[in-house]
Amino acid sequence: MTLPVLLFASYADAFGARTVAVPVTMPCTVADVVLAMRSIPGGEKLPAKPLVAVNQAYAKPDAPVHAGDEVALIPPVAGG
Amino acid sequence: MTSQTGAQPLVAITHDPIEIAALLAAVSHASVGAISTFLGTVREVNDDRPVTGIDYEGYEPMAAREMQGIADELVTEWPGLRIAIVHRLGTLQVGDVSVAIACAHARRAPSADAMRRAIESLKVRVPIWKREHYVDGEWTWVDPTNAAAPMKRRP
Repeated sequence: MTLPVLLFASYADAFGARTVAVPVTMPCTVADVVLAMRSIPGGEKLPAKPLVAVNQAYAKPDAPVHAGDEVALIPPVAGG
Repeated sequence: MTSQTGAQPLVAITHDPIEIAALLAAVSHASVGAISTFLGTVREVNDDRPVTGIDYEGYEPMAAREMQGIADELVTEWPGLRIAIVHRLGTLQVGDVSVAIACAHARRAPSADAMRRAIESLKVRVPIWKREHYVDGEWTWVDPTNAAAPMKRRP
């Protein structure tokens, strides 16, 4: 299946999109999603360990991802 | 309710100018003896480059959740703390207020400590990004973790 992943700021620029459809096999983990994104054009610009949020909370690489989860890649934050 | 000195924190993301008076009103209470405020403003120079403005972008629902989490943690650490955190998104000009925090407590030390903690926590965990525009027409997404120019970072 393909999992929609939300992109922001520099990552949205890298992929040229606000959302990217990532091909993954369920069940999978956050690390699997990031790995799959590296073969999508723009994915080569991702850092070694990009932050990922699942359902609007930071998630570790081994955290599970389920169909229907809201997954987002979080560039280095710079609020304030 | 009269024994309740704390209050539901005011946490918000806005695309409009931040109304400072609204934050002060939200944290004011008869139990309060000190209100510490922080205003983050757009600076005219960053890393020695003249800045003309900043576009702020956010993952809004998660940013609001993280800001709420910060507020809740601070209230847990300092019972009775009344806190307001508002971050502005969109295109801001030099001098505009991008973030406003107000922390009220019976005593000044907790109010000041909580205010400092709130802005430091916001900067490391709230998913908001800024694209700086420079006078030469270039722009860049600010990356505080960029190790390429560690000596240029300022607290």
